[in-house]
Amino acid sequence: MATVGFQALHKRYGDTHVLKGIEAQVEDGEYVVLVGPSGCGKSTLLRCVAGLEEISEGQLTIGDRVVNSLAPAERDVAMVFQSYALYPHMTVAENMGFALRVAGRPREEIQARVAEVARMLELEPLLERLPAQMSGGQRQRVAMGRAIVRQPAVFLFDEPLSNLDASLRTHMRVELKRLHQRLGATILHVTHDQVEALTLADRILVLNQGIVQQFGSPRELYDTPANTFVATFIGSPSMNMLRGLPGEEAIVGVRPHDVVLGSGEISATVDVVESLGAEALVHLQLTDGTPMVAQVPEPASVKPGDAVNLAFAKVHRFDPSTERRL
Amino acid sequence: MKRAPSTPIVVLVHVGLVVFTVVALLPVMWVLSMALTPSQAFASGGLPIPTNPSLANFTDVVTTVDEDGTWLFVRQLFNSLIVSASTSLVGLALATTAAYALSRWEMPGKDRAMSAFLITQMFPGVVMAVPLYLLLDEVGLLDTLTGLVLVYATTTVPFSVWTLKGYFDTVPRDLEEAAMLDGANRWQTFAWVILPLARPALAVTGLFSFMSAWNEFILAATLLGDSRSYTLPVVLQRYVSDQGTEWGHFAAGAVIVSIPVVLLFFALQRHFVEGLTAGAVKG
Ligand SMILES: Nc1ncnc2c1ncn2[C@@H]1O[C@H](COP(=O)(O)OP(=O)(O)OP(=O)(O)O)[C@@H](O)[C@H]1O
Ligand SMILES: [Mg+2]
Repeated sequence: MATVGFQALHKRYGDTHVLKGIEAQVEDGEYVVLVGPSGCGKSTLLRCVAGLEEISEGQLTIGDRVVNSLAPAERDVAMVFQSYALYPHMTVAENMGFALRVAGRPREEIQARVAEVARMLELEPLLERLPAQMSGGQRQRVAMGRAIVRQPAVFLFDEPLSNLDASLRTHMRVELKRLHQRLGATILHVTHDQVEALTLADRILVLNQGIVQQFGSPRELYDTPANTFVATFIGSPSMNMLRGLPGEEAIVGVRPHDVVLGSGEISATVDVVESLGAEALVHLQLTDGTPMVAQVPEPASVKPGDAVNLAFAKVHRFDPSTERRL
Repeated sequence: MKRAPSTPIVVLVHVGLVVFTVVALLPVMWVLSMALTPSQAFASGGLPIPTNPSLANFTDVVTTVDEDGTWLFVRQLFNSLIVSASTSLVGLALATTAAYALSRWEMPGKDRAMSAFLITQMFPGVVMAVPLYLLLDEVGLLDTLTGLVLVYATTTVPFSVWTLKGYFDTVPRDLEEAAMLDGANRWQTFAWVILPLARPALAVTGLFSFMSAWNEFILAATLLGDSRSYTLPVVLQRYVSDQGTEWGHFAAGAVIVSIPVVLLFFALQRHFVEGLTAGAVKG
């Protein structure tokens, strides 16, 4: 187990500046989820940690070692790829034992460790199968198993669940959480999925255009987003951003469930009502045409065309020029 | 929904197939029939059915000895096998490594190198015969099987590099990266992950090299002077001379020469088909 430290880390591909001075310290045994829009550099950051990409500038530490110039194998990290990258010509057992075989461990030790991990992931009946003879979820577990067998200091997951269907994803999410509790390992996990991020992470690192926007616990990001980007990126449906409210200089952010319908001095018309079962999303238009969303318990008391008054239970205020939290 | 083809179409298709099969097989039947007919005349006209069939031609060819009593045929068969197998191995060793490097690393002049490989393929063997003769003479490898293997291997490498590079390009980089993280060095990654996956392409290029060497005549006839170092195609040609052609012996020799290639082809057939269709379907 180990910490991972990024000190003013930059990554450039020729003229493309992908990572622009990443500063972060991941604690020992922490589950950190990296989120951000497509192309913001999440995979690149992970690959820098793995040693698959060279660092252009700055420092990367794993434990108390600076690993900038160490080969992937010397960093004591294991990665689960989005494609799983299982060796197609090797059985599950061979896939899982490959790293140990390369390291020249004795056959009995390899077998014992593979068997132990296979038991933990319920892969025992599949050990002699080839990757092509398994379902997506099974392959995913083998990819996990291959990483776990090595007992690395840091696990790197690049969208490990994105190729699974929704129910399997939910199931594997719980498995991941259990695994983390059991191994107590340091994990860096990239995902597009909000729920995955919020449920798994000890802390979430929000990245945009190669810059860290905020690095904090899910609660912190949700309750006190550092800027408008984080505010709209975290939480679903996303936060309403209102500019130019009467008597207000700042940008005002209101989460949909903080919108109270019925009383208050802001008036709006109801556009569309979407029912989500227990709750409904009410799409509104303010008098100046600004769209807004309110999340209210079902049954919703309003219908399209109604004029309503609004109040906000909680607001976030952001500086209109820097977009930072005030 | 696909409709089943109507009866006249099925009949037409089958007639067509039969015609083409006969056209393709007839020459082979002719050779077989000549080989089994004891006379040395060129059989023409009629059906490819041997008269007084016997194995005399085969026995003659197989039991040829020279003045010193050396059993020539076995010696020459052995030459052919050694030369073809070595060509395959040397060619593959050079081509796999070159193709892998060309597939995975950016280097100056890479595209030009690939084109250069193609250009060498444009010259027929005859053009190369004299310069190669002089070259081998210079390094003292004239009339040796080693010299012939080197020449053959260099001529098969371009095709093999193209085929293998095309195949390596389809192997996902993820796999190599996973292997690197698993602690494998470049060589281990290549040997344990990439090469086993390239098995179909290896079968195709290996067979191609083997067959090129096995069938090659012009360079072998030019570069080999002693009947003990002959490969089989050169031996076959000796049955065709100014005094007349021993067609029976020639045909029997041709049949014998084709057997190993046919066997090899059957043995590798499965991989061969996979190799030719590789990349068509994603696994
Ligand atoms: N080898 C490369 N050469 C040049 N640019 C690259 C290379 N790899 C990535 N990039 C660029 O770096 C940026 C970040 O890519 P990266 O793959 O890290 O994004 P990501 O956040 O993982 O996106 P996604 O969520 O779509 O996976 C992108 O703009 C991409 O085009
Ligand atoms: Mg990515």
